[in-house]
Amino acid sequence: MIDSAVVDLSRIQFAATALYHFIFVPLTLGLSWLLVAMESVHVLTGKEIYRDMTRFWGKLFGINFALGVTTGITMEFQFGTNWAYYSHYVGDIFGAPLAIEGLMAFFLESTMVGLFFFGWQRLSKPGHLLVTTLMALGANLSAALILIANGWMQDPVGSAFNPITMRMELTDFWALIFSHAAQAKFVHTVSAGYVTGSLFVLGISSWYLLKGSNIEFARRSFRIAAAFGLAGALSVIVLGDESGYAVSESQKSKLATIEAMWETEPAPAGFNLIASINEEQQSNNWAIRIPYALGLIATRSTTETLPGIREIRAENEARIKSGIEAVIALEAVRKEPQNAELMARFRSLEKDLGYGLLLKAYTEDVRQATPEMIRKAAHASVPPVSTLFWSFRLMVGLGLAMLALFALAFWSSARNNFQQKPWLLKWALFFIPAPWIACEAGWWVAEFGRQPWTVFGILPTHLSTSSLSVADLYGSLFGFVGFYTLLLVVEMYLMFKYARLGPAVLQPNKH
Amino acid sequence: MFDYETLKLIWWLLVGVLLIGFAIMDGHDMGVGTLLPILGKDDTDRRVMINSVAPHWDGNQVWFITGGGAIFAAWPFVYATAFSGMYWALLLVLFALFFRPVGFEYRSKLPNPAWRAAWDWGLFAGSAVPALVFGVAFGNLFLGVPFSLDDTMRSFYSGSFWALLNPFALLCGVVSLSLLGLQGATFLAHRTEGTLQLRAKLAVSVLAIVLLLAFSGAGVVVWRIDGYVIQSIPDVGGVINPLMKEVVRQPGAWFGNFQKLPILWSIPAIAYVGALLALLAVRAGKTLIAFVGSSLACLSVILTAGVALFPFILPSSAMPKASLTAWDATSSYVTLNVMLWVALIFTPIVLAYTSWAYHVMSGKVTREFIAANDKQLY
Repeated sequence: MIDSAVVDLSRIQFAATALYHFIFVPLTLGLSWLLVAMESVHVLTGKEIYRDMTRFWGKLFGINFALGVTTGITMEFQFGTNWAYYSHYVGDIFGAPLAIEGLMAFFLESTMVGLFFFGWQRLSKPGHLLVTTLMALGANLSAALILIANGWMQDPVGSAFNPITMRMELTDFWALIFSHAAQAKFVHTVSAGYVTGSLFVLGISSWYLLKGSNIEFARRSFRIAAAFGLAGALSVIVLGDESGYAVSESQKSKLATIEAMWETEPAPAGFNLIASINEEQQSNNWAIRIPYALGLIATRSTTETLPGIREIRAENEARIKSGIEAVIALEAVRKEPQNAELMARFRSLEKDLGYGLLLKAYTEDVRQATPEMIRKAAHASVPPVSTLFWSFRLMVGLGLAMLALFALAFWSSARNNFQQKPWLLKWALFFIPAPWIACEAGWWVAEFGRQPWTVFGILPTHLSTSSLSVADLYGSLFGFVGFYTLLLVVEMYLMFKYARLGPAVLQPNKH
Repeated sequence: MFDYETLKLIWWLLVGVLLIGFAIMDGHDMGVGTLLPILGKDDTDRRVMINSVAPHWDGNQVWFITGGGAIFAAWPFVYATAFSGMYWALLLVLFALFFRPVGFEYRSKLPNPAWRAAWDWGLFAGSAVPALVFGVAFGNLFLGVPFSLDDTMRSFYSGSFWALLNPFALLCGVVSLSLLGLQGATFLAHRTEGTLQLRAKLAVSVLAIVLLLAFSGAGVVVWRIDGYVIQSIPDVGGVINPLMKEVVRQPGAWFGNFQKLPILWSIPAIAYVGALLALLAVRAGKTLIAFVGSSLACLSVILTAGVALFPFILPSSAMPKASLTAWDATSSYVTLNVMLWVALIFTPIVLAYTSWAYHVMSGKVTREFIAANDKQLY
């Protein structure tokens, strides 16, 4: 059997490297469009200050971008190094959007980023703007394809199991590309990036205004960031709702968990604003509730019921029992792939194959599974509730607070009185970390909420790892975390240094 | 449009194209990074070298990233088995590569000489280590990699990292290091001037000779070692998995394809032509032709290795029948077909804007240019 320490360490390493990568990605996604906006004003009006804004925010963009690339290299290869069985089992589908990402998006972004930095003197004004736009487009296309890959892990459409090759295979490419889960996640995630980029510019500009330096520069940056940020914050919330709707279709366990909804309630279900969660008893000690809200948000109907955690566990227990038969049928058909009768039997049980594989965490041979093992596997088929419940509320709470901030900032920039509101400027400055916290919390909700699966309903996480030793994993985990932390410290140092220097770093004594 | 067997063959070629693209494109900036402490005598020299590739290294690195993605999509068995088996070798490459984006971007952000020297060594490691390890990995393919597959297709690796560093594999590492070094040296000869260019030209001569000696030496060793031969395999145009064939080891078998199809000998011959062309052209002052010669060497060295191994991709020394080949380690028909269209559409687009980017940034990078644009350059 697979060593559970290897599984745990592989998960920690993936979480660490993905969360580190996602410190840098959202800023790239959002800041790149802000650079396009600033440079467009420069090209349209011919005003020098907008070119300097593009170049200065571009410098900070570059400092961040370098670590985005660094930590991104790992992500392309880590499925192979640490999740070899996953890579084998679903690579036929999952590998395609990753390869397309490289060819269609990452090439574009990376080629244009070089011209963005070094092409100022060699390109015409519109030519350089085109380069900046293509760079932003490349970055955002990259996100689209990665989220198509991730969307498939959340809701595995357009694919079927092949017993001969012992893996999932692509049957419908367009279903993969236009999966509802993927589309909702994409727009939600890039919008979160737009909010991140905007708050970064808004916060640093506010700091200049509070200090009374670079006033003209900061005022203009503040305005652009306020407008873009408000649009982003509205979109992130609306599309977050869409993402929630998609989850309610494909992953009822995740929805029940983030809502700490233990019992199936009559439709439309109430929403737990906050709750004291008791995992042992599978109930809440107390909760502050908004009646009907969850049912309306998640099902967009007043009659559809949402299953509670207890009901989901009971359903999954039945699927695990049927899954045992599926695993046995698969073994039989693999011995005689030409036997149509065995194949027909496997196909009739196939939908529960993944649930049968859940038992492999407890026994090598699913025929030996005891009722106790089945009960345990069914219990573990829904992830632990508390961290998901609270990380979801952290994400949403910060999202709403940022929406309020951007709404006020936009209102004040329309009335041109934000410089007289130091409280607003301070809010923006001290809120700079907020989008990052919300993004990381969102990643946690999406990925921890999918447990115990890597591919929902298809492949359990504990089967997905490589055949590595615990020592290998300790070594690489410490290597990654140590190396990344060191680089993050350097990055933060340079980011602070260049933000403090301000636009003067381009040409002293100008604005 | 194509049958499954043809698609499998096309994808073997396409992965080859990506590896060759990587060697030519990322190869020249890795070569520059490798030569950085050797040819760059002062900070300005080193900045000239770095800025000769500054606008392009990031785009070039995508050949490597896309290579990884394409192997994932087209050969998931290979992606899973090779990268988890040679775990520490791949991590070594990744950790070395980490130095590149930050090295380029951060190095000249502060004037402190110790800071700059540290990033210079980072850029050197980020270039030389991957260049060496790629050759070592290829060398081990010829020797066979100790892995096995169980009946659920889970792979198990039974070797160690240190076993990868055997003399033959290290010789192949010298081939790849000198190949990418030559690529960097011809590029520098073309894009720099003055004493730095003279040093780059000298490096071209030295590296071309080292490359040809090491390449020839590796060929002699391959002649003497056991190669792998497929003894039986079901219809290669059908849906098969790696455990359905039988494989035996035979001395000299890696030369089998060349003996069957003597025209293939022209491929290794091009390596000699390319390296000698680089050497002679650089002496004649034809630096662009030297770069073309060096690029031809990249193409033919990689193709020679691929053709010798074909249809094997990852031979297994521990369980020969589990060896991964171009026939049984591939994705499904649907995936190979879709990805072929993606490649046919996007590769020309990538080549077009990459050429445009080089065109925009063409011309020599000089010491005066560095001095005049201190704050804007790497």
